Formats: sequence, C-alpha cells, structure tokens
Amino acid sequence: MVKTKLAPQLEINLPIVFSAMSYGSISYNAFRSLVQAAQEVGTYCNSGEGGLHPDFYPWGKNIIVQVASGRFGVHPDYLRVASAVEIKIGQGAKPGIGGHLPGEKVSSDISRTRKIPEGSDAISPAPHHDIYSIEDLERLVFAIKEATGYEKPVSVKIAAVHNVAAIASGAIRAGADIVAIDGIRGGTGAAPQAIRDNVGIPIELALAQVDERLRQEGIRHRASVVIAGGIRSSTDVIKAIALGADAVYIGTAALVGLGCHLCQKCYTGKCNWGIATQDPYLTKRLNPNIGTRRLVNLLRAWGLEMKEMLGGMGVNSIQSLRGNKEHLRAVGLSREEMQILGVKLAGEGW
Amino acid sequence: MKVLQCQGKHYREVNAEVDNAWNAGEREIRLEGINGQRYIGRSLTGVGTIEISGIPGDDLGVFMDGATIFVRGNAQEGVGNTMNSGKIVVGGDIRDIAGYAMRGGKIWVRGSVGYRVGIHMKSYLSDYPVIIIGETSGDFLGEYMAGGLIIVLGLNLPAGVSPVGKFIASGMHGGKMFIRGSFSPEQAGPGIGIDRPSDDDYLEIISYLTEYATDLAMTLPPMKPDDFVKVYPTTTRPYGRVYAY
Repeated sequence: MVKTKLAPQLEINLPIVFSAMSYGSISYNAFRSLVQAAQEVGTYCNSGEGGLHPDFYPWGKNIIVQVASGRFGVHPDYLRVASAVEIKIGQGAKPGIGGHLPGEKVSSDISRTRKIPEGSDAISPAPHHDIYSIEDLERLVFAIKEATGYEKPVSVKIAAVHNVAAIASGAIRAGADIVAIDGIRGGTGAAPQAIRDNVGIPIELALAQVDERLRQEGIRHRASVVIAGGIRSSTDVIKAIALGADAVYIGTAALVGLGCHLCQKCYTGKCNWGIATQDPYLTKRLNPNIGTRRLVNLLRAWGLEMKEMLGGMGVNSIQSLRGNKEHLRAVGLSREEMQILGVKLAGEGW
Repeated sequence: MKVLQCQGKHYREVNAEVDNAWNAGEREIRLEGINGQRYIGRSLTGVGTIEISGIPGDDLGVFMDGATIFVRGNAQEGVGNTMNSGKIVVGGDIRDIAGYAMRGGKIWVRGSVGYRVGIHMKSYLSDYPVIIIGETSGDFLGEYMAGGLIIVLGLNLPAGVSPVGKFIASGMHGGKMFIRGSFSPEQAGPGIGIDRPSDDDYLEIISYLTEYATDLAMTLPPMKPDDFVKVYPTTTRPYGRVYAY
C-alpha cells in the first residue's frame, strides 16, 4: 500500500529561513524588519523563545514560533497563529547552557510578551524538565500537534554535538516533521565565550552524519532537515543542501544585513545599532522599513547567486541538489574529514 | 450535561469529541471510562466544566485557557502543563511537573504530587497561577519559579515529618510559597528567603483555602498563621553574576 497522506509541510520560495532570535534578545524594530522581509520574500522568520508581540500576529503565516524550556508567551493563540512550531532542545552557540535574558533587557513590553515581571531575569534552562527521554519529547510534540489540530509541522531544534545523528533519529521517531540542527559558531553575543567557541561541532560534519544515519535507518523522508550555525554566504547554502539539508537558518548574516558589527556584546543591552537592545533611544536608530529592504536585498542576492551556481552545475532544481554529494569536492581536508562528509577529493571523477 | 463514553478510545478521538461538543456550545461535559488518554482539555478556550471519571493520562489540560476540569481519582504527569487560565481539581494524587510554566489558573490537589511541580510558574498583573497541594510534594517544588503561589498543606502527616522534599524553590526569582508543617532551610535551594507569613499573606492563604475546600468538598483542620512557613526569592536575578559580566 502506498502511503499518500503527507505530513503538514512548509512551502518556501528560497531555502533560507531567519533563525530564532527572540523579541527580547533583539529589538522590536529588528524583529519587525525580519518578519516583513520574510513575508516579502516568501520565507519564514522564527520568533525565538520569547513569545510573540501582539503587533506581529498579522504576520503569522510567515512566522515559526518556538517553545523552549521557559515556555515564555506560549498559549493557544500563539500556537495557532504560527505556520509551524519549533521545540528548542539545544542551541549551537551554547549546548547545555540554555537561554538567559538578563533583567536589563526585560522592559515593560518584553515583560508583557513573556508574562514575567519587569527587570526580572528570563531563565530558560538547558533541560526541559518534562523531557527526559525520546518518549517524553514525543509527548510534547503531540501536545503541540493536538493543540494545533495536526495542521502545522512541529520542528525540533537540537545542537550539533558528537552524537547528533542518534539524537536527530530520536527526534524524528518522536514525531518531529522538521529537525533543525544548530552548529558551533551559531552566532550569539550572549553566551559564555568558552562555551560558544568550544562545545558544539561544525555543522557540515554534523549534517553529513545526520543525513547518512537517517538514510541508513530509512527515515530520512519522514522529516526535513534545516541547519544553522555559520551560514555566511550563498555558497554555504549550496554546500549545506548538497550535504543533505532541505533549508538553512540564518541569524548572524541577517543581523549583519541590518547593520550588526559583530561586537559580540549583545548581553549588555547597549547595542549601538538598535538591534540587540530594548533602550528606546537606541532602537529608534534602526528603521524597520530600511531594515526590511536590506534583508530582502540580501536574500534576493543570495537567491540569484544560488541559481547561477545551480546553472553552472547543470542542476535545474534545488531539490535535485539535496544530498547530492557528487557535486562537492574537497580541497585541503584530511581523509577522515572527507570520509565523515562523504565527499571526494578535488580531481577525483565520478 | 453531555456524557461521552471514552472506554477504549484513542486520545485523538476523545479530544476530537470533546472539541465537537465544546464548539457546539456544550459547556458541561462528562467523560466516562477514561483510562490514560492524554491531553484531555488541551488548549480548551472559554468557560465550562469537564468532569472525568477514571484516570486521565499525561498533560491533562495542557495549554488550557479558561475551562474547569474535575477529576475524581488520580491523574498522571503534567497536569496543567503551560496552562493559561482555568481550574483543575484532582481528588487524588498527581505526579511530576504539574503546573509547568503555568501563567494563570488554579490546580487543586487533594493528595500528594511528584517531583518538579510548579516549576517555571509565571505571573503578570492579573494573571496569577495558584497551586494547592493537600498532602506532600517531591523534590524541586517551584524550581525557577517566576511568579504565582504554591501552598502545601501537609495534611494527614505525622508531626515532625516535612511535607516537601529537597531543593525546594531552586532558582526561584518571583512568586511565593507557603508550606504548612516542618520545613528546614536545608530543604530550600540557595538564595531563598524563609519567614512566617504576614497578616496579608495569611488572608490570601485563607481565601484560596476556602475555595479549595469548597471545590473538593472537604473540611480542613483548624489552622493558624504560625503553622505556615513562607518561602520567597531574595533576588529577581539569581544568575545575574554567574558568568562574571
């Protein structure tokens, strides 16, 4: 018997989605730029774990909402308004650390969105204390599916760590429709530096391993794989798709488009460019309409470059490139790295 | 009153039937023969009553927004998980993580609860979640609590036995907790204040206990302010200096 009933899907015009950056960590104007750009280009913007400001509900068709351990702003309307719901288990920049929005950034609007008192820390520890196993994860995945009438895909975001392939397999068996894998150098200016620079593993290695494992287990078709962490150009997107990803998340690249200078001081709440701050004097430095235009330009330019590269490869659709490692060749990598990535050395034929 | 027979049905079927009745305007529903079905009353929006006979499964009333659920016997894990408003009244015991990240509403439990109950509870203006536990609680009660109220009554316990476990209120940075009976500071997490309830606190306790006793049709033993210990956070930023910023 052929199973023809498809799980709910997300449709994107470009395999690039804005990564989870919460309203709280970034400003109202930055968030507005992201949702407006996502709508214009036909992709999605991830709300992060800080709830969704009521002003952004009209953009629900272009928003993926997140449920993390602190469950900030998670209520029935929040789940219903979005196009997909993501459970955040891990974050590439800080595996095992969890989220922590310092009290300085919890302004009155943030406190209203997250439903916590003003000036108090917003703590989202690494463990979800209701999830200690794949079966527990399944319970949360299906709680969300029940609450949204089985109409929206549920994504599970995990950090790229050494046993990521087994974790991704477990997430899919728990019912995830999308597995998001976040690698080291997922940008943040709000994680301890020692963790940020040392704990995760590079996303290319993690992705190749996950794709390989899911194919071996015969479950690759049951979920989409979205990767994040260190996607800095259109070539990174092409490489990621050839290594097996369905789409990529960009966070830092989008913020650089908005004017971020990568000073990595997001935790102070004193962002000079009006991005990672809640100070009204600073946030007004970022005009959301100009921000939207910059982001749309970024995505459009990457899209055109990707089409050129696909043309050069003689591939006429991005789906045909997915997991097609024959289009990749390695230069300057060790034998072991090439083995893990599943790519041949430059110069080797088919 | 609409009565739904649920014996042997999958939770998906039971919840769909509850949805159909609810959306048709039925506001008093009784579920018969419940045996472990999950997510009952999930994201139910609006005022109304659901009575359950049998043992509901995990995540009873998850994301619920306004309804009232009565359970005669025990319930399993995750009662009132991420609940927004409404009330859940349980005549028996419940297990772990009840009231996880509750933002409003009430959970009344006549018996005991498991580990990590009331963790991540939040409050904002009039949204004020309340959990009352009749007998005892496991470890990590009210961990990371950011708002709301938890009362543990320690009923039916021999004198000198604490009604709560260890690591109570670890990482608490909002809200308050009242424990009736013996409680030593070693049972609390670091940075937690311990005191006797003030007059205003005691009035608040009594007003919620009156509602609790009415809903559960029980008579509470006589109590006085000195029976209770108040547990409260001493900072709104327990991890503000962890990374030495």
